[in-house]
Amino acid sequence: MSVPEAIVHEHDVIVIGAGGAGLRAAIEASAGGAKVAVICKSLLGKAHTVMAEGGMAAAMGHVDDRDNWEVHFSDTMRGGGYLNNWVMAEHHAKEAPDRVRELEAWGAVFDRTKDGRILQRHFGGHRYQRLAHVGDRTGLEMIRTLQDHGVHQGLDVYMEMTVVALLTSGGRIAGVLGYDRERGRLRVWRAGAVILATGGIGKAYRITSNSWEYTGDGQALAYEAGAEIMDMEFIQFHPTGMVWPPSVRGLLVTEGVRGEGGALRNSEGRRFMWDDIPEAYKNQVALDEEEAWRYVCGDKSAQRPAELLTRDHVARCINREVKAGRGSPHGGVFLDIAWIKSRVPNGEEHIKKKLPSMYHQFMQLAGVDITKEAMEVGPTTHYCMGGVRVDGDTQMSSVPGLFAAGEVAAGLHGANRLGGNSLSDLVVFGKRAGEHAARWAKEHGAAPVDSAQVEAETARALAPFDRPNGENPYAIQSDLQDVMQRLVGMVRTKSELEEALGHLDSLRARAAKCGVSGHREYHPGWHTAIDLRNLLHVSEMITKSALLRPESRGGHFREDFPAKSEECTGFNLVARRADDGSMDIDRRQRAPIRPDLQAIIERMK
Amino acid sequence: MSSHSHPVTDATATRPVEFKIWRGDAKGGAFEQYTAQVTGGMVVLDCIHQVQAEQAPDLACRWNCKAGKCGSCSAEINGKPSLMCMTRMDTLPADQPVTVEPLRAFPSIRDLVTDVSWNYEVKKKIVPFKPREPDRPDGTWTVFQEDVERVQEFRKCIECFLCQDVCHVLRDHHKHDEFIGPRFLVYTAALEMHPLDTADRIADLKERDGIGYCNIGKCCTKVCPESITITDNAIIPLKERVVDEFYDPITRLLRIFRPK
Repeated sequence: MSVPEAIVHEHDVIVIGAGGAGLRAAIEASAGGAKVAVICKSLLGKAHTVMAEGGMAAAMGHVDDRDNWEVHFSDTMRGGGYLNNWVMAEHHAKEAPDRVRELEAWGAVFDRTKDGRILQRHFGGHRYQRLAHVGDRTGLEMIRTLQDHGVHQGLDVYMEMTVVALLTSGGRIAGVLGYDRERGRLRVWRAGAVILATGGIGKAYRITSNSWEYTGDGQALAYEAGAEIMDMEFIQFHPTGMVWPPSVRGLLVTEGVRGEGGALRNSEGRRFMWDDIPEAYKNQVALDEEEAWRYVCGDKSAQRPAELLTRDHVARCINREVKAGRGSPHGGVFLDIAWIKSRVPNGEEHIKKKLPSMYHQFMQLAGVDITKEAMEVGPTTHYCMGGVRVDGDTQMSSVPGLFAAGEVAAGLHGANRLGGNSLSDLVVFGKRAGEHAARWAKEHGAAPVDSAQVEAETARALAPFDRPNGENPYAIQSDLQDVMQRLVGMVRTKSELEEALGHLDSLRARAAKCGVSGHREYHPGWHTAIDLRNLLHVSEMITKSALLRPESRGGHFREDFPAKSEECTGFNLVARRADDGSMDIDRRQRAPIRPDLQAIIERMK
Repeated sequence: MSSHSHPVTDATATRPVEFKIWRGDAKGGAFEQYTAQVTGGMVVLDCIHQVQAEQAPDLACRWNCKAGKCGSCSAEINGKPSLMCMTRMDTLPADQPVTVEPLRAFPSIRDLVTDVSWNYEVKKKIVPFKPREPDRPDGTWTVFQEDVERVQEFRKCIECFLCQDVCHVLRDHHKHDEFIGPRFLVYTAALEMHPLDTADRIADLKERDGIGYCNIGKCCTKVCPESITITDNAIIPLKERVVDEFYDPITRLLRIFRPK
C-alpha cells in the first residue's frame, strides 16, 4: 500500500465502538479465535452505555413468574408499533436472560430479591417486573463488567481514535481508516470483518440526553460504504429530561423514577397521563392512583400507572400539557417522587437508596432536593430506533463483512424502543455480531486495501486544515442542531420537513468550506469538522424518511397525518446512496411474520 | 463533594468571568486568560466549551456525558481536583479568576488532557474476578442484598482518577512503579469483598501494589465525586487483611477454616 503516512494494523475483526455492544462483540469474536481490535472514540469505559440508568430487560421471572420470552416478545412488538424485525425481537426475548446471567458470572453485582436472586423492576411498556438493575446506574455496571472481563481476553484496544472511512474492496469490507486524536496520525486497520457499534445520533439535536460522541458516525460510515440504513424517521424523545437550569437541559431523568412511583403532574397538580390512554394499552392501565400504587408495590392483580405507558406516548402527552399552558415554570411538567413519602416508611431514605444518581444530579446541578420537591422535566432526544439494516440472525449489513450491533443497528425496536430493551439489545446482538463476524472473517480472509481510496479519504479528512480561514465548524454544528430541533423534532409536518431539507442543503455547503487552523494534536475543532459530515448524513436521512412516512407511529409523529395508517404497517423505509451520490429512500415491503409468532402476539393482546 | 447547593434562580443576568486556563503540552505551557459569559446554573465545563467554540477552537479537553457519570472531564479547578461538569460556577468565589489546569499526577498531552494510560496498565495486572461454582443448576448464585452492598459502593466508581491525582504518593513522590493508588485499591477491594470471588490478591497488595505506602490521609475520599468512602471502607479493611495474612499467625490459621 502506497500511503507513506498511515500506520497499518492487521486484525481479523475490527470493532468500532466500546460501549456495551462493542465490548460484548469483541469478547465473542475473540472467543471465536479472531484477532480483534476495538477502536474507541473516547477512553475505554467512557462510552455512552455508562449513562444508561434503569436496567436491562430480560424475562427471567424472578419477581413475577408469569413472565417469559413470549410476553417480552409481544411487549417489544407492541411497543415498536409492529414495525420491528421480528426475527430480532424473538432472539432478543429468548436470549436476554442468558446474557444477564453471563454478566453476573463475569462479576456484575445486580440488586437482589429477598430470596437472593437478581431483582427486577417495573418499566414502561413491560407487562411484568422485568429489568435487572443496579440502583440507577445499570449501564455503568454493564460497561465496567465487560471492560474488566474484556481486557483479559486479548483484545487490542485503540483509545481516542476517530474513524473517517470504511475501506471496501470489490463490494466487501476491507478495513477502516482513522486517526489517533492524541497526535493526529492516520491509521489503517486491515481486517476481514468490521463491526459497527457506534451508538446513536443525539447530537443532531439541540436538546439531547446523549454525550458528545453520539454524532451518527456508524450510520454515516455505513451509508458511505454503500450499506442500507433503515427506519431513520423513528427517533425516541425520552419524556423526562431535565429542563432547568439551561446548562443541563436534556440531561436524562431515568424512567426508574416513574417505576418507583413517580407521578407526572401539570401545573394544576393533575396526573394528566390518565387523560389519554391508547387503545392498545387500555387493558393494561390502572383505573386510579390507588391501583397504580399497588402495582408499584408489586401487587400482581393491579395494572400499571399511566405514567408507565410507552415513551413516545408519554412524551407527546407532556408536550400537549406544555402547549396548553399547563406546564412548569421552565417549560416542562412536574415529576414528583417526593409524594411517596406518604406511602413508604422512611421515605426520604427510600428515595435516596432507589434513585441515588437522580438525587445527586438534581441536588448538585439544579439545587433541587427530589425527596422534598418535584422535578421539572420535559422531552429530550434520547435514542435512534433506526440504523444499519442487518440480517436478524447474523447482524451483517448489506455490505459483505460489515456488521452492526446495538443502537447503530435497526430492527429490534421498530418504531419505538421500550426502556430497558437497549441494554439487553447490546449484549444479545453484540454477542451475535461478534460470533458471526469472527466466522465470516475466518471463511473469507482479508481483502486488499485500495490505496487510492485511502489517499482520497485521507485528503478529505485533512481538508479542513487547507482552509484555515474557513468557517468555524462549531457554529455550523450549532445551527444544524437548531434546524433539527425546531423542524424535525417530536411533532413534524410536511412544510417544516421540506424547510429543513433546504436548510440542510445550505448547511452542507457551509460544512464543505469549514476550516480549522494549527496543529493536528488533540484538536477538537478538527474532530467537530469530521463529526459534522456524519451529522449531516443522518439529519438528511431522518428528515427525508420522516417526509416519506405519511402517518404517526412510535417515535414519528406527523401533525398532518396524526393517525396510524394500515398501509404504512407494511413497509420500512430504507436509505441508500445512489450512484450519483444523492440519497435515495425507498419503501421496503416487510416479510410476513411467522405464524407462530403472530399467534403469540394475538394471544397477548 | 458538596451535597447541597443553592437552587438555581431565574435570574438571567449574564456576568463575565475571568478564566486562567493552562495551555501547553509535555514540553511545557502557561496559563492563558479568557473571559466566559456566565448565566445561572452553568458549570465549569460549559465555560470551557464556550471558550472552545468562540475563542480557541483548538483548546483540548476531554469530556463525554456532562452528567457526572463517565469521569472524563477531570481537571484541577482553583487547585482542587474536580469534575468540570459537576462544578457549578456559583460555587466558586465570584471575585477572582477561575483557574483550570490538567491533572498533575499524570503526564500532559495537551492543554487539559493528560495521559492516563498508566491506570489501564495497572488494572490489567490485578488478578481478575473468579467466581465460585454456581449455587443453582441454571448457573446462578444465591446472594443477598446485604452481601452485595459493600461491593456496590466500590462499583459506583466512574474512573475519573481524581483520587489518583490527589494522592501524594503518586502526585508528589511519583511512586507509579510501586503503588497502584486509591482507585485500584478500591478496585481490588471490590474484587476481594465480592461475595462470589475466590481469587486471592493479598500477597500482591503487600508485595507488588504497595498498599503500605498509603498513610490514610483520606485526601482521596474527599475528592471522590461518587462519595465512595475510599479510605475507611476499602483501604483500611485491605490493610487489615494484609496484616492478618502476613503478620498474625493465629488469625492466619483461623482463616483457613473460615469462609472468605
